[in-house]
Amino acid sequence: MSSNTTASPPTGVTPHARPAASARAADLVDRSWRPLALLLALFLVWWAVTVTGLIQPYLVPSPGATIETLVDNSGYLIQHTWITTLETVVGFALAVAFGVLAAVLIVYSPTAEKTLYPVLLFAQVIPKIAIAPLFIVWLGFGFSPKVLIAILIAFFPIVISMVAGLRAVDPEMLELAATMGAGPLQTFGKIRLPASLPHLFSGLKVAVTLAVTGAVVGEFVGGNEGLGFVILQANGNIDTPMLFAGLIVMSFVGVVLFFLIELAEKLLLPWHPSRRSNAATTAF
Amino acid sequence: MTGAHDQAGVLDGDPAAADGATAAAVRIEDVSVRFRARKTEVLALDDTTLRVGRGEFVAIAGPSGCGKSTLLKLAAGLLRPSSGTVSLFDSEVTGPRADIGYVFQRAALLEWRTARRNIAIQAEIRRMDTGAANRRIDELIEMTGLAGFEDAYPHELSGGMQQRVALCRALLHRPPVLLMDEPFGALDALTREQMNVELHRIWRETGTTILLVTHSIAEAVYLAGRVAVMSARPGRVIETLDIELPDQRDYAATMSDPAFAAATNRIRRLLGAEGGID
Ligand SMILES: Nc1ncnc2c1ncn2[C@@H]1O[C@H](COP(=O)(O)OP(=O)(O)O)[C@@H](O)[C@H]1O
Ligand SMILES: [Mg+2]
Repeated sequence: MSSNTTASPPTGVTPHARPAASARAADLVDRSWRPLALLLALFLVWWAVTVTGLIQPYLVPSPGATIETLVDNSGYLIQHTWITTLETVVGFALAVAFGVLAAVLIVYSPTAEKTLYPVLLFAQVIPKIAIAPLFIVWLGFGFSPKVLIAILIAFFPIVISMVAGLRAVDPEMLELAATMGAGPLQTFGKIRLPASLPHLFSGLKVAVTLAVTGAVVGEFVGGNEGLGFVILQANGNIDTPMLFAGLIVMSFVGVVLFFLIELAEKLLLPWHPSRRSNAATTAF
Repeated sequence: MTGAHDQAGVLDGDPAAADGATAAAVRIEDVSVRFRARKTEVLALDDTTLRVGRGEFVAIAGPSGCGKSTLLKLAAGLLRPSSGTVSLFDSEVTGPRADIGYVFQRAALLEWRTARRNIAIQAEIRRMDTGAANRRIDELIEMTGLAGFEDAYPHELSGGMQQRVALCRALLHRPPVLLMDEPFGALDALTREQMNVELHRIWRETGTTILLVTHSIAEAVYLAGRVAVMSARPGRVIETLDIELPDQRDYAATMSDPAFAAATNRIRRLLGAEGGID
């Protein structure tokens, strides 16, 4: 290559330099104003139907009453939110551990694939919500049945995405590894595992919201703790402000966990296409 | 193992191998390859023989699907022949060989690594000394004109730049033989010419044996000392041409050299008789 094409300064090679703080703030505003506007609109509709008396307060409480409940019972709500969050996080973490392990087995061993995959599919078809009462019978009213339901419900998307990720590796890259004398552990650690992470993360985002559902379902079915219990009790007392407060807090937990996964993805996979800026970045 | 490849042939007691000057880097003898796909069987290579001497630059030209990639994978040990023998430096190829450098048509880079770290994976997997590897990477980056692009991710690089990274990765451990499967096939004409000049210079400077598969007759003749022409499937080498051009080749001068025209015409006729290169 003649030097005049290669000696050009690498002007295109700067997108990984951190964008200026003002640019990042502008980006954040650009991405968040639409969903925030929608939420505000919904809030206004909620406020309008209650303030005009269109819907009775025992059916839909006013935003004011709900906020008042949230504030007055903050201690009570925090205590139960903590329980639900703990069940969710423990269940999710175990689902990740088992799910990744199962995916590795499925990808590396044809025998494991033939035995595990059909069983997994079959297990996925059973509505886990329907077997929740069984776990209460087996494990009692404590922490463990909720964690177990969270694991079961979060497990499947993790396995599926991780299997897809491990299989997405470029076969020519594996051949190149062989010409470098790579052993199976090196090939896994340096090529297959990092290549699978974008797939895994899309599965994790689905799984973490499902784990919240799993924990709450467990609390519905039996127990005297957690946001599921709070909602069930409020329902029994026709205490709709408390019911709404519980729902709001629960959604908040799900959203926070989802964004924590997104944050981890951003930090771990700065190279991923979804992270690329829209500007053309080809070097020349 | 007998240790260094230079001695392996001597210890094998092969008289041809013992003669250092004519010792073969790649020897593919009477090799056939059959692929079983569902119910049909494909004979990809039919009783093919190809020898590449140490330090030689040999190009393989042939119609699409004639088994060029298969031939290269045999040499690398990525594929086993159905019959016949394959040896590298007089030791029989029985599995993937690590004493080679391999370049595909697609750069096959790890998208989560920068250019520099994509080159470094070769050193990491081979557990080379980090300091020595880093110095070698600097040298290769300089040699291939990648300077300034070390910290770019693959998606930020043009096709030509990506292929330079793949070339550096293949050269890092100073392999005695470089196997290249249509390495410039996806590049535009101008970049391709630049890469040809570059590769020819690398060959002269390093003395590496190179076996290159190409679709381009001009590329084959400009680069190689010998061009092996293959027939359509089932593939076999039908003729090997010696290219009567000086080792030091200026691109423009070579293009207008009568020997260049003679060789390309000869190859074109051979391939024309075989249904043409695609
Ligand atoms: N893994 C495989 N399974 C079945 N057939 C294959 C396989 N690899 C190559 N072939 C067949 O063998 C023939 C030669 O393939 P290849 O060496 O890739 O050709 P070329 O590189 O010359 O285009 C083709 O007809 C191709 O379809
Ligand atoms: Mg090919």
